[in-house]
Amino acid sequence: MTGILIIEQTLNGLQFGLMLFLLAAGLTLVFGIMDMINLAHGSLYMLGAYLMASLAAATGSFLLGLVLAVLATGAIGAVLEFMLLRRLYERDHLSQVLATFALILIANESVRMLWGPQQMMLNAPAALAGPVELLPGMPYPAYRLAVIAVGLVVAAALYLLVTRTRMGMRVRAGASNREMAQAMGVDIRRLFTVVFAIGAMLCAVAGAMLGPLLAVQIGMGEEILILAFVVIVIGGIGSIRGALVGALLVGMADTAGRAFLPILFRAFLPPEYASGIGPGLASIMIYLIMAGVLFWKPQGLFPARG
Amino acid sequence: METQPTAARSGAAFAPRAGVALALWSLLALSLLPHALDALGQGFYIGFASRVLVYALAASSLNLVIGNAGMLSFGHAAFLGTGAYCAALLWTGGTTSAWILWPAAMCVAALAALVIGAISLRTRGVYFIMITLAFAQMLYYVVVSLKVWGGDDGINLGARPRLGLAPGFALDLADEFNWYYLCLGILALALWLSGRLAASRFGRVIAAQRENEIRAEAIGFPVYRYKLILFVIAGAAAGLAGALLAAQNGFVSPKLMHWTQSGSLMVMVILGGVGHRYAGVLGAGLLLGLEEILSAYTLHWAFWVGLTLLGVVLFAPRGIAGLFSREAAGR
Amino acid sequence: MSAARGPGNALLELQGLAKHFGGVAATDGVSLAVRAGEILALIGPNGAGKTTLVAQISGLLRPDDGLIRFEGADITRAAVHMRVRLGLARAFQITSIFRGFTVLENLALAVQARSGTSLSFWRPAASEAALQDEARHYARLAGLAGSETRIAGALAHGEQRQLEVGLALATRPKLVLLDEPMAGLGPEESARMIELIESLRTQTTVLLVEHDMDAVFRLADRIAVLVRGRIIADDVPAAIRAHTEVIRAYLGEEAAS
Repeated sequence: MTGILIIEQTLNGLQFGLMLFLLAAGLTLVFGIMDMINLAHGSLYMLGAYLMASLAAATGSFLLGLVLAVLATGAIGAVLEFMLLRRLYERDHLSQVLATFALILIANESVRMLWGPQQMMLNAPAALAGPVELLPGMPYPAYRLAVIAVGLVVAAALYLLVTRTRMGMRVRAGASNREMAQAMGVDIRRLFTVVFAIGAMLCAVAGAMLGPLLAVQIGMGEEILILAFVVIVIGGIGSIRGALVGALLVGMADTAGRAFLPILFRAFLPPEYASGIGPGLASIMIYLIMAGVLFWKPQGLFPARG
Repeated sequence: METQPTAARSGAAFAPRAGVALALWSLLALSLLPHALDALGQGFYIGFASRVLVYALAASSLNLVIGNAGMLSFGHAAFLGTGAYCAALLWTGGTTSAWILWPAAMCVAALAALVIGAISLRTRGVYFIMITLAFAQMLYYVVVSLKVWGGDDGINLGARPRLGLAPGFALDLADEFNWYYLCLGILALALWLSGRLAASRFGRVIAAQRENEIRAEAIGFPVYRYKLILFVIAGAAAGLAGALLAAQNGFVSPKLMHWTQSGSLMVMVILGGVGHRYAGVLGAGLLLGLEEILSAYTLHWAFWVGLTLLGVVLFAPRGIAGLFSREAAGR
Repeated sequence: MSAARGPGNALLELQGLAKHFGGVAATDGVSLAVRAGEILALIGPNGAGKTTLVAQISGLLRPDDGLIRFEGADITRAAVHMRVRLGLARAFQITSIFRGFTVLENLALAVQARSGTSLSFWRPAASEAALQDEARHYARLAGLAGSETRIAGALAHGEQRQLEVGLALATRPKLVLLDEPMAGLGPEESARMIELIESLRTQTTVLLVEHDMDAVFRLADRIAVLVRGRIIADDVPAAIRAHTEVIRAYLGEEAAS
């Protein structure tokens, strides 16, 4: 029984961790290369989820909806970068906070105008609606397996993009030393529009895939944004590898905390307290991990700069 | 090439006469405001004005940290919330005197700032932003998960505390006029004190380390200690603002500690003009005023608030105070 | 300030200071004594480890090995501000002043750091006559009389260098560590700086790290030569001058190999 629970929760943690990675990957590049704090990253995640819900319903196909939502969010990201964010790279962190906080307000309110204040329903595709028997006596939702698969494929594709292509090399050069990359003749401006668009697309993938599992609602970006920041600070700002490790760490810790801490507390607390304390402590644990990492390794686990 | 007279400059360093006059006129105008609102039949807005004053106190305390000391704290709501919850918990425990509730809120918030600051101030730059944010979120989740403290729903207080001024006489804080003048008095006092602080020896060290931390250390200042003291002072002031907010609203909720609350306070300070002495007041007035006005016309006021903030970033980079004075620019 | 000046009376003593950066030894067992009252110049080619040594003496870098004594007390692990309080101040190679402050405000801060408590929250610092008067004194000393109310960031480069040295002096050090004070100065500015350092001779002990050999030979009572993280010579200027051929040959050999 407990063995099955542990496997199940590990898979859940892996699934959440991979989705966090998709969010953190774009954020860490923006942060690492341009030294830009983008609070509106979570808004792209929310937009991705809303677009997915609408487009999947309109086309009647989950897959088609996903592709369209990802492309649309990528386009929004590129436009945003081109019109606004690039004016902020040279500004101080305060201006970036103010501007991107403003973007959160605008994004949330735009969504409320376009889609209304209620939650959106987004169902898993019918083919993946049921459970799969992973081990004898251990059913696991097929859709969650699909989320893991998508996460792994996208993470692998991203890895190849960053390590094996010319563009990836430029991105890494930019993350470790912006001036040098510029001196080498890399057109940082254009490169960055592309990087930002890819980051937005990754947000959309995460938003779309998590849509059927979590609520698609206004404000969904704010919670997960902070988790993504925690991930990149743990992993080392600017490091894709760090983002992956940090995301899995945070995903696992959060899931395990939610699942096992209430059980632990039920041993010596009345149930009505135990059930409330569990999730709270799981969230606290994540911040403790971050504080611990910063204490021992102030630059994160995989510092991108020497 | 030749320099301006010394007297003018040393005077300008801490209390320009024009500034004093402006401050006194503003205070007079704010004193008359409730009566003006009442005369215009807009008495409802007195409560709103008090709320602005309380937020102005909270934002001004953050301005000490961001503006005076140059430390980008993204977790100031932690102290606002700590103060509010401290007052609320004492209140539900049967304490009704403001003379106990508010100082206690300040002490507990100062203690929280001492612990959080002692750890966070060892980091710099972006990492400081993130670690202060992390601590605030931790406190947020503590409060959310404690069902005995009301969890997500928070705590209802019902009434405002009792402020005894003499044996047998207490100021009736339920009266919106009294409450307004109390908030105004506290804010004015806090601003006056922070003005003194900025010009004092301590304030000079704080400004010096903002300008050049390594140099401040290299002429013999234990910079970390000074920064921590400032952080604690700001935390205590935010705690008082939290306790006032609890009394003003009649309830407290975990929302007070959420990171978006820290974000709003930060936005107020930036909007007002970082480092300007009245940045917190200007910013709180503008942001809350904008919300209030726009929400009268449209359900989607937040959209227009966002657009306005964006406009400020792009076209008034030094905040509103920067449009009118050179003080914010030079500092 | 004017401690006893007997020979062998070491004010600052370095014993086997070592600092490695990833296997490369920046300082490789530096031992050196600065006697009270003297001007000791430290010279050496680029990359000899001067910057690393200065950082260790002032406390910005912790040595991997070795000992730093100041007036006999071990300060190897003391924080930067503690060293300054003990009387070991420095001027930076890259000008490090409070650029947004006036000259007087800069110097008043340094005076404030060593006189009275800075945990005073009420009285305006600018109204403290004693603080201002002392700051003015150091402005004169640094050759900045008449510029007291100018904003430091707006001073000419040479004046900023003078303020840099003035900041160190205003802490009233027993030993002042001057890190390339002539850096980037024109001939006229250099002359003024040499004059300023010369005037310190009677007031404090100076450890002068400098590239400008004219200045070094005009000012130094003693010269130490740092090459590849080690002191290879330490003697009076005349002897070092005689030695110069040897050193140059040595350096040439090093460079050739």
